[in-house]
Amino acid sequence: MIRWLVGLIGWSLAATSALAADPVTIGVGYLGIAGTRSTLSLVEQPAENDGVAGARLAIEDNNTTGKFTGQRFTLEERRIREGEDAVQAATALAEKNGFIIADLPADALLKVADALRERGTLLFNAGAIDERLREADCRANVIHTAPTRAMLADALGQYLVWKKWSRWLLVVGSHDEDKLFADALRRTATRFGAKIVQERTFEDKGGARRTDSGVTQIQRQMPVFTQQAPAYDVLVAADESEVFGAYLPYRTWDPRPVAGSAGLVPRSWDASQDQWGAIQMQNRFIKLNARRMTALDMQAWTAVRMIGEATSRTNSGDVKKVTDFIKGPDFSVAAFKGTRLTLRDWNLQLRQPILLVDGRMVVSVSPQEGFLHQVSELDTLGYDRPESKCKLK
Amino acid sequence: MQAEMSDVMRSSPRRDDAALPPPPAGEGWGEGVSTRDNTQEKRALSRIASSDAIRPPPQAGEVKTARGQMSRMLRAPLLLALALAATPAHAFIAYVSNEKSNTVSVIDTDSWTVTKTIKVGQRPRGIDFTRDGKFVMVAVGDDDTIQVIDAKTQSVVDSLPSGPDPELFAQDAAGKILYVANENDNTVTVIDLEKRARLGDIQVGVEPEGMTISPDGKTLINTSETTNMAHFIDTSSRQIVANVLVDARPRFAEFKHDSSEVWVSSEIGGTVSVIDPKKHEVIGKVTFEIPGLRKEAIQPVGIGMTKDDKTAFVALGPANRIAVVDVASRKVTKYLLVGQRVWHMAFTPDEKYLLTTNGVSNDVSVIDVAAQKVIKTIQVGELPWGITIAP
Repeated sequence: MIRWLVGLIGWSLAATSALAADPVTIGVGYLGIAGTRSTLSLVEQPAENDGVAGARLAIEDNNTTGKFTGQRFTLEERRIREGEDAVQAATALAEKNGFIIADLPADALLKVADALRERGTLLFNAGAIDERLREADCRANVIHTAPTRAMLADALGQYLVWKKWSRWLLVVGSHDEDKLFADALRRTATRFGAKIVQERTFEDKGGARRTDSGVTQIQRQMPVFTQQAPAYDVLVAADESEVFGAYLPYRTWDPRPVAGSAGLVPRSWDASQDQWGAIQMQNRFIKLNARRMTALDMQAWTAVRMIGEATSRTNSGDVKKVTDFIKGPDFSVAAFKGTRLTLRDWNLQLRQPILLVDGRMVVSVSPQEGFLHQVSELDTLGYDRPESKCKLK
Repeated sequence: MQAEMSDVMRSSPRRDDAALPPPPAGEGWGEGVSTRDNTQEKRALSRIASSDAIRPPPQAGEVKTARGQMSRMLRAPLLLALALAATPAHAFIAYVSNEKSNTVSVIDTDSWTVTKTIKVGQRPRGIDFTRDGKFVMVAVGDDDTIQVIDAKTQSVVDSLPSGPDPELFAQDAAGKILYVANENDNTVTVIDLEKRARLGDIQVGVEPEGMTISPDGKTLINTSETTNMAHFIDTSSRQIVANVLVDARPRFAEFKHDSSEVWVSSEIGGTVSVIDPKKHEVIGKVTFEIPGLRKEAIQPVGIGMTKDDKTAFVALGPANRIAVVDVASRKVTKYLLVGQRVWHMAFTPDEKYLLTTNGVSNDVSVIDVAAQKVIKTIQVGELPWGITIAP
């Protein structure tokens, strides 16, 4: 009888410790803009769930781990429609979610960050590549998993210089973001010793991206647009607005490769990336979302994984505790890029290798050989600590 | 050709003023192959070479000397006969999986040459002898199976029903049950080796990889790369009994022969966690520091421990070195420069030699265990990954 009783007590103790308490729930919000942008290439057209699909996979990955740590992750998605107030949407999302993954334009992101500062919500900028968000307009409650324009331009520039393609013909679109990318490319050229032999502007005169008459005109227009250029090695296009970049490859007057916004493109991630164990994640992503993984998906995945990494290390779902750990010196995250990713503590930008892709393959990964740095070679990409104008607050 | 290139790349310091761009780095692809591996090594070498205090062993030179001796010996039959007579009687056979070329190289440890190259399925990685020494099992991940090589005929004779994308596996002491880590679906598959039948699956963390069994056969350890845990599994109930959090991307687990500790390597974390298998707690960590090498380049993977549990060897991936660790103090006593991107290792049964697979330089380094010196380099197939030696 006594033995039976002891056995029962032992069993119930074991059962309690195995089941532990109810799992801790960690709410993650995803805030994006409704609708998608048009691209020149149909295969590049982003899916409706671009970005959030990556967050969803990371939630699954975190929950697999959470089974063992007693943590449960949830995802709440909110899309802002035209005319809707981003701050209102963000505040509603922050009710239940201590962490918010944001894919917002810079101005909207800043408004949201300032509105949520008192509340203590931690924001992850997964979408905006604007330099100013990490420089003059940096915020202490915004972590950036998206790379910056300067990081992307430097990654490309290092490769072009390594390849000895150092004479660039720079073609810039007429929209603001095109000009910002061109600024980043000019800075890269100066830093790494490339020469911009000439600059041309491609005016956006409006019009549809898809027409029944098709490529006939483009085939005539692009050679004419690129003729009579001084001797150059590579045409570098700055066309974030998707107006002309994709029309350039194979259509330049001189037979030259194209890089930048078309041809060889710098990206944080690509569907063709299969090194460093990435194939497992690509497979998981396809299984879950029935499509391939984009850079935005990866930036959102990384953000949610950073949360999962910090909650399992701190064994806590407390936003303050988790935030402190992510910003602390011991934080790093593995993201299938061959090296641990860490945060630049002066502006909360995630250090990361940048892939150079041609739409089918990963051509190279920057930083390139020979670009040295005393702290981390990843800091040869983008603005470094001494140049930073960021004062976190 | 590849041998010459890698020799040159390893021995010549980097020239910043080179007229031509350096040769394209990262000829390899597949998991773990970084285009920057070569870079890191060359930079490290040039930095180390510039300081008189520390000099790397002249590895390429050693290789050439070894080859030179060999050809001289061939030219002198008498000397050859003498050399053969002096060779110890035990020759062992090592099997090396070549991840890229879809082959297994067979190495004779007497002549230190590749005696046969066996064609296997796609992306061979984990490789191990059956306990009776009759067969070699090799996980061919992209074919979702484990192939069985007959050690006598040295050809593929069978395959085992593993789950999708098998990478590493462990067998029980009797050699009857095989546990396979299936990276693609977060499970460990249990296989009856005699019946070639699947007995069941165990759900573990994201991307299961490292596998080892306690010497008493009662506990199976599996590491999951994205969950960052070592899962302790009771082999009789096939239930997880404990989960121990370790540093990022745990890839390999090894028990001490006296069962008192489990060592788990974390590739991205850059450490080896020492776990008490009774308390299920991390009781210590082995850390690594190599002058002139960035921390990120130190990515521990394979672990080998001598039978007396005194010395451990840890493969450091793109750091191109094997760390020699004093097991009691958990301190590194020495770093041995091997080939590029060193993955895994295996001792000869007499424990005289330790063979390591060097992924990017396509070769196997032979370490004299007592002298703690690299004595030979053997060219194998493309991107060698796993290695096993006949018992």
